[in-house]
Amino acid sequence: MPKRTVWLNILFQVAAVLLALGFTTLVLVMAGAPPLVAYQRIIYGSLSTFSRFTDVLVSWIPLMLTISGLLITFSAGLWNIGIEGQVTVGAVFTTLVIRLLMDTAVPDSLVIALSILAGVVGGALWALLAGALKTFGGVNEIFGGLGLNFVATALTIWLIFGPWKRPGVASMAGTEPFPAEFSLPLFPDLRLSPWSLAFGILAIVIVYFLLRGTHFGLKLKAIGRNMRAAFLLGIPTWQHMMLAFLLCGAFAGLAGALQVTAIYHRLIPSISSGYGFLGLLVGMLINYQAIWAAPVALFFAALNVGSIQLPLVLKLDSSFSGVLQGVLVLFVLMTEGLRQRLLGRGGLRLGRKNQGEK
Amino acid sequence: MVVNIPPVPQLGTGGEGTDMDVDLRQISKTFGAVHANVDINLSIPAGTIQGILGENGAGKSTLMKVLSGFIRADQGEILLDGRPVVIHSPADAIRFGVGMLHQDPLDFPPMKALDNFLVGQPGGVLPNRRKAVADLHELGSQFGFNIDPEAFVDSLTVGERQQLEIMRLLWLGARVFIFDEPTTGISALQKEILFATLKQLAEQGKTVIFVSHKLEDVEALCHQVAVLRQGYLVGEARRPYRVKKLVELMFGKEISVGERAPMRCDDVALSISSLDVEDYRLQVRNVDLEICAGEVIGLAGMEGSGQDLFLRACSGLVKPTGGKVILKNRNLTGKSYHVFKKNGVAFLPAARLEEGLASGMSLTEHFVLAEGSKQFFINWEKGRQLAQERITDFNIRGEPGSPVESLSGGNQQRALLALMRVPLSLLLLEHPTRGLDIESTIYIWSKLKARCKQEGTCIIFISSDLEEILQYSDRVLVFFTGKASPPMESWKLTRDMLGQLIGGKGWEYFKTGQGRSNA
Repeated sequence: MPKRTVWLNILFQVAAVLLALGFTTLVLVMAGAPPLVAYQRIIYGSLSTFSRFTDVLVSWIPLMLTISGLLITFSAGLWNIGIEGQVTVGAVFTTLVIRLLMDTAVPDSLVIALSILAGVVGGALWALLAGALKTFGGVNEIFGGLGLNFVATALTIWLIFGPWKRPGVASMAGTEPFPAEFSLPLFPDLRLSPWSLAFGILAIVIVYFLLRGTHFGLKLKAIGRNMRAAFLLGIPTWQHMMLAFLLCGAFAGLAGALQVTAIYHRLIPSISSGYGFLGLLVGMLINYQAIWAAPVALFFAALNVGSIQLPLVLKLDSSFSGVLQGVLVLFVLMTEGLRQRLLGRGGLRLGRKNQGEK
Repeated sequence: MVVNIPPVPQLGTGGEGTDMDVDLRQISKTFGAVHANVDINLSIPAGTIQGILGENGAGKSTLMKVLSGFIRADQGEILLDGRPVVIHSPADAIRFGVGMLHQDPLDFPPMKALDNFLVGQPGGVLPNRRKAVADLHELGSQFGFNIDPEAFVDSLTVGERQQLEIMRLLWLGARVFIFDEPTTGISALQKEILFATLKQLAEQGKTVIFVSHKLEDVEALCHQVAVLRQGYLVGEARRPYRVKKLVELMFGKEISVGERAPMRCDDVALSISSLDVEDYRLQVRNVDLEICAGEVIGLAGMEGSGQDLFLRACSGLVKPTGGKVILKNRNLTGKSYHVFKKNGVAFLPAARLEEGLASGMSLTEHFVLAEGSKQFFINWEKGRQLAQERITDFNIRGEPGSPVESLSGGNQQRALLALMRVPLSLLLLEHPTRGLDIESTIYIWSKLKARCKQEGTCIIFISSDLEEILQYSDRVLVFFTGKASPPMESWKLTRDMLGQLIGGKGWEYFKTGQGRSNA
């Protein structure tokens, strides 16, 4: 790529960030909050102390897991909107196994391990359901996933208010918290678990190499780019798509399992905390390039954690971070579209400029 | 000053717009390092059929896309009727009266013909469907087209879709018509109708630009010809043409076509007996064919006469409803495409970027995929070497890292061929040289013939180019509305006989030969 193009690309990306900041500032002004103070609180809230930074990591881990999974399905050209439900069902399976085994003679650490494994299986099964609907029922994975998300949420609420309700009163606060021995070990005085951190890092590393360096990853890419051509090249297409769903669901289920075993220690109605959808957003923002996943997810996690300060100090809702995140993605996508238009990537058939690259 | 107010379009049955001269002055366009058009000057008076000749990648399509508003030139100007104009978009172009018919029709297959007709109409929330139907009928009768407004476009042939598009552009007030390779993919009969239409358009004073690399078509049709080579306009000619001169202009050197040796059969490689195959609109019945190793079978017929179904049945992509397919003594009847593939069958689709190659992926990635591997990790270094070898071997203009969509059509076809594994027992090709120039065609067939000789690969191919069928097949099957002729030795056939059979004449001759038919 010529140098000039590189600089122009950077310019467009900077412009996108500035536009997003400008827009959110406008929203802040309209809400009657001093924008600079708000931004300051977000930075302060996420980075001012070591323990706050580790809180950012706590939020980064599930996001990393969902993105890792989504990179696989994106690669195969699949929009796994159902990831939110896959996180949820993962959490449900984990809770189920802990509930079944907590009063038995099974060692505590084995219970935790089995429950996490169950979460992985649960997420994978829920994803396979979306895949099966697509493959055998002709239901687009976006619609199938959306429907299954609703079912997963309903299932959770039913469990919390029905069979798994707290003794006495059922409440939105969730099921009865598990005893401390069924929680993943945490770093002393922090909310961060070394196990979770390892899972999060391992996930993206595995996916990076899976997509970049393996025949399986290349086949998924071919399916995503042109399913018909992939089939004619001899790739069993639907089987690979099911595998992509399965793997993505496994990562999502792991995220759900960690939400239960490392963070909430019980099942709550919004156990997925929107990490599935946030993962989709980050995926779009980084244009599905695994290499960018970690830093961008870290930034989003910092926004999540930092904005917790806003209600306390400025009486703004903490969902404000969502505004910034959503707007950022939209502006980046928009400027990318503009860039292609202005710099003329041209139509498909005209795209000769890449010839001779590499 | 540039006048930039498009005239108000006149919807109607064509003909009322005034004639229009087209002048292209010093048009230049580059894509990255590729000079697609360099300083091209061309003037086309109204009422002329102007041929644009050139091999693939010569810059024909680019020039036409500039004129029709799909892309903007880097330099130069366009004059319509002596007035400089700036054309921003295809919609703009049609407002100026310039309409383009693309090689692959840009229509909406799942919609009705009438809706396609109405879709580009400017203004009006509620289209006047009744008037549109009437106009469609009138335009149709004017040109001898017969298209049912209620028919879905995906049920029409490519030729009929062209006719619909011509009428739509006329209706929108087009006075300049650009045809990009219009004779590829249509039958001989439809070509005749098309040529008559083009002549009629020119007689009405319309300007017709005919982009092609088929000398024969240009010779038969065009009043004047401009030849492009590597982005430059290298020469112009008027009737009568000296074909040798045109070929020289196109390629810079003369090309001669090789001779074919008669076929000797040693062993039967593929045996097809009483094959029945059908889709929702057509039934192909009772095809018998035994092919020897190394033999080439050409399938002729109008598009959609059953040859495509037959070919796909031979590849396992379509399951036959009856009969047997036996390849090298293995019964593959009813097996899936991937089983056929494992047994040494390869299928090359006509739609290269739609079915054959994956846009956005590099040549290396394609070769690594096609090669397959039992290993988990990819050895990219080996992959690149493999790609480089094949690129050299198949004379592909591109790098291992080039995305396939950046290659020209001919190079894409070479890439597809290079993807085929060795050795193969049976190679099935749909329009192997459609849209390619003579040089690429000869090159590709030399590669194919080499496979037949060295590996004993059998080839079955579909082509709508009769010369190609006669030139390269050992035996020929003609399809007509689902009927297949018995295999005929190609050296006994003439172009005329083939044309008649394709058009459905002379079939009674085979009656006695089809002893095993249902009757």
